[in-house]
Amino acid sequence: MKPDTQHGRMPGRRGGPAIAYVGARLVDPATGLDQRGGVVVADGLVADLGPHLARAEALGSSGIEAVDCGGAVLAPGLVDMRVQLREPGEEHKESFASASAAAAAGGVTAMATLPNTLPVIDDPSLVESVARRARETSRVKIFAYAALTRGLEGREITEFGLLREAGALGFTDATAAVASATVMRRALSYARAVGGLVVQHPEEPSLARNASATEGEIATRLGLPAAPALAEAMMIERDLRLVELTRAPLHFAHVSTAAGIEAIRRAKQAGMKVTCDTAPFYFALNELAVGDYRTFAKLSPPLRTEADRQSIAEAVADGTIDAIASDHSPHDQDSKRLPYAQAAAGAIGLETLLGVTLELVHGGRLGLAEALRRLSTTPAAILGLPMGRLAKGAAADIVLFDPERAWRVREAEFRSKSKNSPFDGRPLQGRVLRTLVNGETIFRIGE
Amino acid sequence: MSPPAADLSPGFAHRHILGIEGMSPADITALLDLSEAYVEQNRAHEKKSSLLRGRTVINLFFENSTRTRTSFELAGKRLGGDVINMSAESSSVKKGETLIDTAMTLNAMLPDVLVVRHPDSGAVKLLSEKVACAVINAGDGTHEHPTQALLDALAIRRRRGRLAGLQVAVCGDILHSRVARSNIHLLGAMGARVRVVGPPTLIPSAIERMGVEVFHDMRAGIAGCDIVMMLRLQTERMQGSFVPSVREYFHFYGLDREKLAAAKPDALVMHPGPMNRGVEIDSDLADDIDRSLIREQVEMGVAVRMACLDLLTRSLRSNAGGAA
Repeated sequence: MKPDTQHGRMPGRRGGPAIAYVGARLVDPATGLDQRGGVVVADGLVADLGPHLARAEALGSSGIEAVDCGGAVLAPGLVDMRVQLREPGEEHKESFASASAAAAAGGVTAMATLPNTLPVIDDPSLVESVARRARETSRVKIFAYAALTRGLEGREITEFGLLREAGALGFTDATAAVASATVMRRALSYARAVGGLVVQHPEEPSLARNASATEGEIATRLGLPAAPALAEAMMIERDLRLVELTRAPLHFAHVSTAAGIEAIRRAKQAGMKVTCDTAPFYFALNELAVGDYRTFAKLSPPLRTEADRQSIAEAVADGTIDAIASDHSPHDQDSKRLPYAQAAAGAIGLETLLGVTLELVHGGRLGLAEALRRLSTTPAAILGLPMGRLAKGAAADIVLFDPERAWRVREAEFRSKSKNSPFDGRPLQGRVLRTLVNGETIFRIGE
Repeated sequence: MSPPAADLSPGFAHRHILGIEGMSPADITALLDLSEAYVEQNRAHEKKSSLLRGRTVINLFFENSTRTRTSFELAGKRLGGDVINMSAESSSVKKGETLIDTAMTLNAMLPDVLVVRHPDSGAVKLLSEKVACAVINAGDGTHEHPTQALLDALAIRRRRGRLAGLQVAVCGDILHSRVARSNIHLLGAMGARVRVVGPPTLIPSAIERMGVEVFHDMRAGIAGCDIVMMLRLQTERMQGSFVPSVREYFHFYGLDREKLAAAKPDALVMHPGPMNRGVEIDSDLADDIDRSLIREQVEMGVAVRMACLDLLTRSLRSNAGGAA
C-alpha cells in the first residue's frame, strides 16, 4: 500500500498563479537533460519545461509571471536519505522546523529521518506522529525510517508490516550496527515481504566499542580509544553473505573506507542488490581534521586516512557509491564541549551538502549532472520515492543554484539550531539561490 | 634561600605545559637544567624559598593519585606558594560536565597555576582553553604525562651524564600509557633511541611512526639497552582482556635479574610507580640501589615540578605582580 505519508507534505497552495522560471540551465540527471531552458510551475507541479522556456518572451501573452534565473542551474531538489533530527525529545538541538529551514537553505526538498529520537521511533503510532508533526511544522518533505529493532537494542525486530502501513520508509538502527547475524538475517528476510529499505550502519560493534577514532598513528599520538578501519569492511562482508542468503536488498550508510567500498564494488559486480551512500565528510576530510581534539570532527564512523578519503571520492565518481547524504547530526555545545572520548559523535550537514559535494565537480572528479544524480535521483529511487527528477506532472520540488558562486561557511549563519560543523570557515563554491517545494518558494538567498 | 639563576631559559615561550610533543630540545634542556638547581635546594637544610609567595597553585585531580599529587603539592610549598588540593573524582556526576564547570569555578578564584589530572585524553587541553591561568598536565588519559617524562630524563641524565645516544627500552602496557608516550617524545627529541617492548595486545597501532622500534620478546627488546623502563600494568587488564593472566605476564614480561642480563651490564631499571611487585618487576631488583633508579625518580619529581612552576610563573613576576 502507499500511505499518505509516503508523499510527505501534500502539495500546498493549489490554484496559485503559475510562475515560469526562465533563463536557467536545466539539469535533470534522470533524463540526462542539461541545456538552457525554463520551467513553468503551476498547482504545485511542473506544468511545462524545456529549452523553449529559455526566454521570457516565449510566454507571450499568457500572463504567466516570469522569474529570470540568470543562467543558474535548475535541478530536482536534493533528496537527503540520512538525517538525524532531534524531535521528538531533544528539540533544543534540532526540531522539524529548524531542520526544515536548514534543509531549504541547502537545496534539500526531502529528507529521510533516523529513528534514534526520544522516544525511539519503533511503534506505528510514533511513525504517524512524526509524519503529522512534520506536516505541521516543516516545509521540506520529511519521511521517517523506523527502528529495525525495538528500542534500537539489536534484539527483537519491530513490527515491519504495521510500521510500513503507518508510513515508515524503511528500517534501521540508525547509528548502531545490527550486531547479531541472526537478527539481521531475519530482518532482511522479513523485509522482503513487507517492502521498505533496510539500512545498516556498517561497523563491527565489538571491535568498535568505545572507539572514538580510527586506529593508527594519529589515534596513538592523541591517546584516543580507536577501532581498526576494517571494522567497516568486516560488517559489510558479513551482511553481504546474508544478502546472498536472503536475496533481500540492503543499503549501507555512510561508507568511509577503501576496504568497505571494495567489498561493495565486488558485490555489485556479482549482481547483488546492494546500495550505499556516503556523507561529504568522508570525501572532504581525513582524520587530520581532528587536530588537537576538535570534537566537531568527531564523527561516527570516525574520519579515516587520506588514502580512504581518496577512495571514497573515487567511488562517488565511479558510481560505486550510489548516493550522497548529509548524515546531519545536530549536537548542542554541552554534548561537544567535552573531552574527546566523551563528546557526542556527528556533525550537521544539511546546509553544506551541495557546496561540499560540488568540490568534487570543481575538482574535475565528476560531472555536475552525476553529482546531482547522487544527491537526488538515485536516493529517491533507492527509497522508492516519486521525486528526484524534472518531469511534466511531477511535484515542483526544485533547487536553483549558482555552481560558481563563492561563499564561506560561517557558524553564525547556520539555520540549524546546532552549530557543530567541521566545515566552519571553509570556502565553498556553489550556492543555493532558491528552493521550491510543491512549487512554493521556501528559501531565497538574502531573505 | 634565593631562587636559582634567573634566566636559564630565555626561549621557553609556553603558557602551559600540556605535553612533551611540541617542546623543543632547548625547552626540555632548559627545564632539566633548572630542575638541577632545585634538586640542590631540596637537599639543603632550608628547603623553602619565597619564589611563589602570594601565588596560588590548585591541584585538580579527576583521577586517583597520591604520589603525583603529593609531589606537586610539595613542589608548590617549597617555592612558598599556597597550594590547594581538589579531588574532583566522581562517579555519580558526569565527568565532562564537572570538567568545564569546575574549570570556570576555579578560574573565578584567580589561581596562578592549575595542575590537572584527568582520565580522558585531551581533557587538560580542553580545560586550559577555559581558564586564564597557567595549566600543567599531570596526566590526561592515555595521552601525555609530561612531568613524569621530565623527571625520568633528569634521573637518567644525572646518572649517565647525557640522554643522546642512549638506548632505552620502555616495557609493558604501552597501549594505555601516557608515561610511555611522553617518554617517547622526550627521549626521541633528545637523541636517545627508544624501543617499546610488550605483548602485541598492549602495543598501540602505528607506534613505530613515533620513531620507536617494537619488540614482543623481552630479552631481545632489552638486549644492549642502557635503560630499562618498566610500566605499570593495571590488574584489570591482566585477567583475560589484554593478557591471559598475571603469572603468564610475569613469566614473559616481568623484569627479573635473569632477563635483565640481556641488557648492558650497567643498565639501569626505572619504574614510574606505583609498582606491582612480582607482576611487572621482581621485588628484589626494584630495591637494588645499584641497578634501580626508582627512588631517585621520586626525588627528581619534586625538583622537576618546581622547575615547571617556576617557569610558568616568570611572566607574572616580570609583570610586577599583575595577575595574568
